[in-house]
Amino acid sequence: MDWLGPAEWEAVRLSLRVAAVAVAASLPLGIFVAYALARWRFPGHGLLNGLVHLPLILPPVVTGYLLLLGFGPQGPVGGVLEAVGLPVAFRWTGAALAAAIMAFPLMVRAIRLSIEAVDPGLERAAATLGASRGWVFLTVTLPLTLPGIIAGAILAFAKAMGEFGATITFVSNIPGETRTVPSAIYAFLQVPGGEDAAVRLVLVSVGVAMAALILSEWLARAAARRVGHS
Amino acid sequence: MSVEIDIQHDFKSFQLDVQISAPPGITALFGRSGSGKTSIINSVAGLLHPDEGKISIDGTPLFDRAAGVNLPVHHRRLGYVFQDARLFPHLTVRQNLTFGRWFAPERAPQAELDRVVEMLGIGHLLSRRPGALSGGEKSRVALGRALLSSPRLILADEPLAALDEARKAEIIPYFERLRDEARVPILYVSHSPAEVARLATTVVALDAGHVVAQGPAAEVLGDPEVMPLGPRGAGAVIGARVAAHHQDGLSELQAGGVPLFLPRVAATVGTTLRLRIAAQDVLLSRARPEGLSALNILPGRIDSIRHGAGPGAMVALDTPAGRVLARVTQRSVGALGLSEGAECFAIVKTVSIAPDDVSG
Repeated sequence: MDWLGPAEWEAVRLSLRVAAVAVAASLPLGIFVAYALARWRFPGHGLLNGLVHLPLILPPVVTGYLLLLGFGPQGPVGGVLEAVGLPVAFRWTGAALAAAIMAFPLMVRAIRLSIEAVDPGLERAAATLGASRGWVFLTVTLPLTLPGIIAGAILAFAKAMGEFGATITFVSNIPGETRTVPSAIYAFLQVPGGEDAAVRLVLVSVGVAMAALILSEWLARAAARRVGHS
Repeated sequence: MSVEIDIQHDFKSFQLDVQISAPPGITALFGRSGSGKTSIINSVAGLLHPDEGKISIDGTPLFDRAAGVNLPVHHRRLGYVFQDARLFPHLTVRQNLTFGRWFAPERAPQAELDRVVEMLGIGHLLSRRPGALSGGEKSRVALGRALLSSPRLILADEPLAALDEARKAEIIPYFERLRDEARVPILYVSHSPAEVARLATTVVALDAGHVVAQGPAAEVLGDPEVMPLGPRGAGAVIGARVAAHHQDGLSELQAGGVPLFLPRVAATVGTTLRLRIAAQDVLLSRARPEGLSALNILPGRIDSIRHGAGPGAMVALDTPAGRVLARVTQRSVGALGLSEGAECFAIVKTVSIAPDDVSG
């Protein structure tokens, strides 16, 4: 694969790392939030739902700026993270945080839909057979939701790979640290003669996005087949 | 083992207020839809928390509002057979059957699994998934799954309602076996008179959230004052012993010294069967009829006559075979001069007793 130059490779590798960490770190929370939204009724249900979907509606640059205020070196959370040795401002970890937040709505949506497709009657049946809440979740809800969780994770991964606005606002565009594929494309387009590299990275982006969409569509259908045959 | 239920709950549409005592065997909760049957077993299962009252098995409380006892569903150790089977679609039949064993305090031995699989005839289905099963097969697996969770009580919510007649006939014998083995009490929700007459040891008749009558099946079903489904569903149950099978396709039974003729039954000579005689299939006559095609004539004495709001009357007749109910018109009651204590004859057409009405 020597059709990509070293700088381009660096951007692709960084993007893959940022997206993988973003998805892996946010998946447990995503499953929990999706379950809460799908199965529980509590005060603040609408507020939580709105909060989760906010990054989908807000201009990414606004999300990035809010992150900078909260997680920057002077921010309330950023100061704490700095103190415990996990700085995020202008680091690849910050890029992962921005990507995770921007991808969160897609992830939660896919998981929530597949949890809602699980018949609560099956969960009650498992409880009558002696399974506690935790075991019901692990032995019935989770396996039936698994294709939806995988689909949500893949979508979130693709979204994280492509995140630009919030990332560049929050952690800037530092080669080797925060220059992900979209930031790199943007940078290449700013310099004369950079179009070729930009086009190669565009092809990578299109390929990743298409593969993710097809895979998640296929998994969503597998989920429907599985839950439908009760 | 016995179950005591004494609960009150305020639903928006009706008040549930019941006191039920369920001895071993099958206790049928019998009534129209909306009479509170399912709410009662959901309360026992812990899926519904009544406003007031207590529920206990053999004196051990599952729920006691006043004392603040409310055992969570998964600690109640009940086998719930749902109307829609509710098999786990992602597990094989074997995994469905053994699901409850993972959580039972004393794990049922392998022999128990083999015994239940053999009894229900589902050995060839073990490696399949529920999506590939027929309705009757799903029902049997659901029953097996409930049995294998080592339950102290089995709850069955119209387990046959979703099945056609042929599939029902396939499942009913398994419930009869469970009843006769009498290991655990069974609370059985139904609105089918034939099903209740065949299966129930004890009948609890419900109407609009209240118990109208409860007691041994023959007593409750033969009581003209108790018609949870209205007069159309009324019918008494009598016991009869198979005396002979005749060449012309009929079986002869003896009930209290009276011969009864039925279309050929599968039981062997000497077995005792229960027969359900629907009230609307019974004619009454003051004199022993002559030259009549009906073969079954039961002499008896009128115990009570209940006049309904419509043109009908329900006559309860004590015969040597047991209590028989007859649904006749009030005009006939007047014309025949029927009154309590009067002697008369109940006539039942042989072919009106369907195979559905006969059970071991």
